Amino acid sequence: MSIARSGIRSMLSKNVNIISGPGCPVCVTPSSDINSVLELVKRHDVIIATFGDMVRVPSGGDSLQNYKNVKIVYNPLESLTLAKSNRDKEIVFIGVGFETTTPLIASVIKKAKADGIKNFSVLCMHKTVPAAIKAILDDKTSKIDGLILPGHVSAVTGSKYFDFIKSYKVTAAITGFEAKEILGSISIMVDNIEAEKHSVINNYRSVVTENGNTVAMKTMYDIFKDTDSDWRGIGNIKLSGLRIRREYEEFDSLKRFNIKQKNIKEAKGCLCGNILMGKNDPVDCGHYGKTCTPSNPIGPCMVSSEGTCAAFYKYMRR
Amino acid sequence: MNNKISLNLGSGGREMHKFISEYIVKKLGNSVLNRLDDAAVLENRSDLKIAITTDSYVVSPIFFSGGDIGKLCVCGTVNDLATSGAKPYALTLAFILEEGTSLDDIKIVIDSIARTAKEAGVKIVTGDTKVVEKSKGDGIYINTCGIGFIKKGINISTHNAKTGDIVMVTGSIGNHEVAMLKAREMINFDIDVKSDVAPLNKKVESLLALTNKIHVIKDPTRGGLASALYEICGNSKCEIRLFEKDIPVEKQVLSVCELIGYDPLYLANEGCYIIICPKEAERHIKKVFGAKAKIIGRVLSNNRQELAVETKAGGMRKMGMLETMQLPRIC
Amino acid sequence: MCLAVPVKIINKIDDQNVRVESRGVRFEASTMLIKDVNIGEYVLVHAGFIIQKISKKDAEELIELTK
Repeated sequence: MSIARSGIRSMLSKNVNIISGPGCPVCVTPSSDINSVLELVKRHDVIIATFGDMVRVPSGGDSLQNYKNVKIVYNPLESLTLAKSNRDKEIVFIGVGFETTTPLIASVIKKAKADGIKNFSVLCMHKTVPAAIKAILDDKTSKIDGLILPGHVSAVTGSKYFDFIKSYKVTAAITGFEAKEILGSISIMVDNIEAEKHSVINNYRSVVTENGNTVAMKTMYDIFKDTDSDWRGIGNIKLSGLRIRREYEEFDSLKRFNIKQKNIKEAKGCLCGNILMGKNDPVDCGHYGKTCTPSNPIGPCMVSSEGTCAAFYKYMRR
Repeated sequence: MNNKISLNLGSGGREMHKFISEYIVKKLGNSVLNRLDDAAVLENRSDLKIAITTDSYVVSPIFFSGGDIGKLCVCGTVNDLATSGAKPYALTLAFILEEGTSLDDIKIVIDSIARTAKEAGVKIVTGDTKVVEKSKGDGIYINTCGIGFIKKGINISTHNAKTGDIVMVTGSIGNHEVAMLKAREMINFDIDVKSDVAPLNKKVESLLALTNKIHVIKDPTRGGLASALYEICGNSKCEIRLFEKDIPVEKQVLSVCELIGYDPLYLANEGCYIIICPKEAERHIKKVFGAKAKIIGRVLSNNRQELAVETKAGGMRKMGMLETMQLPRIC
Repeated sequence: MCLAVPVKIINKIDDQNVRVESRGVRFEASTMLIKDVNIGEYVLVHAGFIIQKISKKDAEELIELTK
């Protein structure tokens, strides 16, 4: 987590408080989705290809790290190489990520179709950012004055994608990931908040343009379409997720393996949802640091290195 | 003998004795080992303290850029002994071989052990060979036990960090783990990074001949610099402040970390030390370890266990032990 | 936070891949999402795909920030 790793909180005055929102796609993946992943990995004919981020996310005390038929990839195209060299197996790619990552997965599916690959599919758990931002801002109990917007999502979507925020009484800044950039954005937003200026600024102009990468966005929507989606600890948010279009059904793991989503309750007392929405701090959760630690996580906020609780534990606890 | 390890090789019969005499004794032999008694009998240096350490090596794959399991098993053990100021004297060597492993690979490992032991000036004096069924092992596992002697007046321990001491590191961090990531095919970037695995005991000997002011020597292996320093903070009940901009990390290691989201402070090393001592000892450390040795922090107090890093950005972040193994991530 | 890194294009492999370099680390990156890239240009790479172009000046500044 850039903010925790740079020690930025220690550089801010006491009047400025930064809290983490649902900005980590791993953290917001519900238990029921993880459960679907675990059902697949138990099959002997399946190899799971995944980003490392997903390997330790728990559901019912289990996670991918307990299984041998899991391959961590850096580039999702590696899953097609796996498919070609393991024709007797089904390769399932775990699709998580926001608009930065989803176009990549769309490209992989396109290439799989073009190359005639028959033993590959994607378990799509992708989500999109605007609906979650609206859910936070529409929440009347929210006391948020400013939003640090994701720089790399914006590089793909373009800054205009976040113009809807202008209709809310907050200020927002599209921001890069180095301390200097984050501090710069915070400084501008504090000035705007004091001047009661509600604007959305682009403070990452080196990579973010107004329109972003239109090829990437088109590729994403060629393969995926908007759908309602469950966010861990938040619940269902309308049109906040993506699912694979019918024309590409053969690459949809849900259809291919006839997966029935089970309704798995999150752990009792787990405050991940509230923490993700910025309503609670990790220390407010009864599990934090006791029954929920990075080596024994209960909720996703503790699993992902970008997760609020994991970052707190690593960089600020002592 | 055919060219694969068989269960018969571990059975205590003729094949095993042939393996020992043709490979182990031939490559590692010395006056003690050659006797092939069940127990190695050593000189009794009763005026000196004895340091003893043990380690098991299960690294996979066994060959990687910069070294192999053979080089690692000698270096890891002599380096551990040297952290107490001990001069390594003898090592035991126990193999657990998996049935079906290539004998040629084992020969390469034994050659590597011989070369590294010679470089470190240490003898292998006794050992053991076992073979387990296929899939009950992983090629080769090695266990070593090392003995060394500590000269009078030397007292070096992770419990000895004192307020005002400087914290130094003797080389760049992260090389070993990045080399292993490449060897394991967890990354397929084109890199020139080699493991830093190396025996450091002779350097420690040279250092202790120049100064008796060394307080702590520790090798930041698994868990990296941060975990090792946090452990020292616990044992010495001290506060250590690090300066991120002073910590030496090679360009390619930094680049890999950026690409896959790793923190260099938690990467494993096998050829560098953390040394904590009064400032006056700095020049001796630089003389022995070279210009690569750098001051990276200070011991602020002996009030409580705390490790904090002043980040490049100028902020402060607290650090602890590595909680879970790092994995390549995209987010 | 999505990890994306500024890199330089050093070689063209085929019409879907280029070879890129970041501080001495070389690897293949896909051009499926940005096609008109040229050798010597700087781009932003996420999970092995080029997602955006950057100017040389901006790339050098970004790289400087992460030293």
